[in-house]
Amino acid sequence: MNQSFLDYYSLTPFTEWIHRTLCGVMPENWAVFVEGVALGVVILLAYAVLAVVLIYMERRVCGAFQCRIGPNRVGGRGGLLQVPADVLKILTKEIIRLKRADHLLYELAPYLVILASIISFSCLPWNKGAEVLDMQIGIFFVLASSSIGVLGILLAGWSSNNKYTIIGAVRSGAMIISYELSLGITVLTVVILSGTMSISGIVESQAGGWNIFKGHILTLVAFVIYLISGNAEANRGPFDLAEAEQELTAGYHTEYSGMHFGFFYLAEYLNLFITSGIASTLFLGGWMPFHVSGLDGFNAVMDYIPGIVWFLGKTFFVIFLLMWIRWTFPRLRIDQVLTLEWKYLMQLSLLIMLLMVVLKVFGLVF
Amino acid sequence: MSKFTKYIKRYWRSTESLAGGLDTSMKVFLRKKVTEQYPENRHTTLYIPERHRAELMMPHYEQNHHHCIACGLCQMACPNGTIHVVSEMREDADGKKKKVLVRYEYDLGSCMFCQLCVNACPHGAIRFTYDFENAVFEREKLLLTLNKAGSSLAPAPEKKVNQ
Repeated sequence: MNQSFLDYYSLTPFTEWIHRTLCGVMPENWAVFVEGVALGVVILLAYAVLAVVLIYMERRVCGAFQCRIGPNRVGGRGGLLQVPADVLKILTKEIIRLKRADHLLYELAPYLVILASIISFSCLPWNKGAEVLDMQIGIFFVLASSSIGVLGILLAGWSSNNKYTIIGAVRSGAMIISYELSLGITVLTVVILSGTMSISGIVESQAGGWNIFKGHILTLVAFVIYLISGNAEANRGPFDLAEAEQELTAGYHTEYSGMHFGFFYLAEYLNLFITSGIASTLFLGGWMPFHVSGLDGFNAVMDYIPGIVWFLGKTFFVIFLLMWIRWTFPRLRIDQVLTLEWKYLMQLSLLIMLLMVVLKVFGLVF
Repeated sequence: MSKFTKYIKRYWRSTESLAGGLDTSMKVFLRKKVTEQYPENRHTTLYIPERHRAELMMPHYEQNHHHCIACGLCQMACPNGTIHVVSEMREDADGKKKKVLVRYEYDLGSCMFCQLCVNACPHGAIRFTYDFENAVFEREKLLLTLNKAGSSLAPAPEKKVNQ
């Protein structure tokens, strides 16, 4: 298939131009340092902006699912300034210092959670040439770095010196570690199908058709399993028993206030975005436009839409799916959560991986 | 049924029921929203259900007639002592003594809108309206007299036929 179309919106020439210009005025290692700092600032800005967008979207979508309007007063029609106002409010709040908490761990925990989500956030393929952290084991790196978040949650629960927080943290730990299994197995299914672990490689292997169409019905089921376990990883939806407010006040972040609480809140929404972003990378082709092999005119039209639009469009579609799930189903009990994972999802995902290997070996995938 | 088929069936059953739930919530998502944007829409799209109970009223008909016979059943039914029926005995043209309503006093401030008075009324003389903007600045303004000045009991329909 002709791949030149993918270069319309490629950012590679632009980034190379920046690198060359910087190398002209300073030594190369300084240039790399400056680029790294600039990129870090861009990532943090994107992180904050996306958090605001997601919280606004969550409140509107939640409202619609409950047959009401949602925030629509602050900032004229649509209530667009509601979330920025909330952000300003939380920034001015006092950070409470507990008397009998383990201070070092108590203050470290929110940073661990947000660190994990920022690292996995940088792995998302935004556009061609705009993969920030792109390595050969990319998807493996995402799984590994997002697991640091569990540590933060467990530490937060432990160090707050409170029964609610420790119960919430232990629940959350048990659940996240369990669901990482089926998450990892479905990711492996896609790795088998694509033949690579690098995120840019997975995206480029879908130029002839997204994975969700390539793997017959198997990848569709894998997509559903991924969404379920990803939802559990993000501590959301029917799996929010870590912060079950009716029984545990707020779970592991009960004792946090001000921006420390804000970090947990931010990380929750960005984990939602990361889960959806990885789902759209693995199953819906990342920034890859929609192609139907054979219809060249149609494909050419699709290629004129920039990759970032495709990526954000797919990601927000998956986010909507996850919000739909969240506002539909009631919360599961801890034993139901573990039964679902260990007795149903893991077996199903293992079976799918096995079938995918068979299909791939006999060359039966598209 | 073997344990294994039960296990497989459970996958199918749960998928089915979860899909049903998603279907229901999507229907709600697409439905018209019920939120009333109150102060702005009070003259345009505000919708208050007809059976909403906001204030007791006594409907008056042509020639300032109402249906209250001053029996006092509503006053007895009221758990809060909100209603006070003031009546007096009058002799009509045939020399019969009859109870006649003078004032129907109703304290909106102590009414709990239980509708027991409306249910107790044998003639349907009182009912609740959905006119809910009842806030006032003085307590005395909540003491209402429901019958209008100079109103009288509507003549019974069969008597009309006799005349």
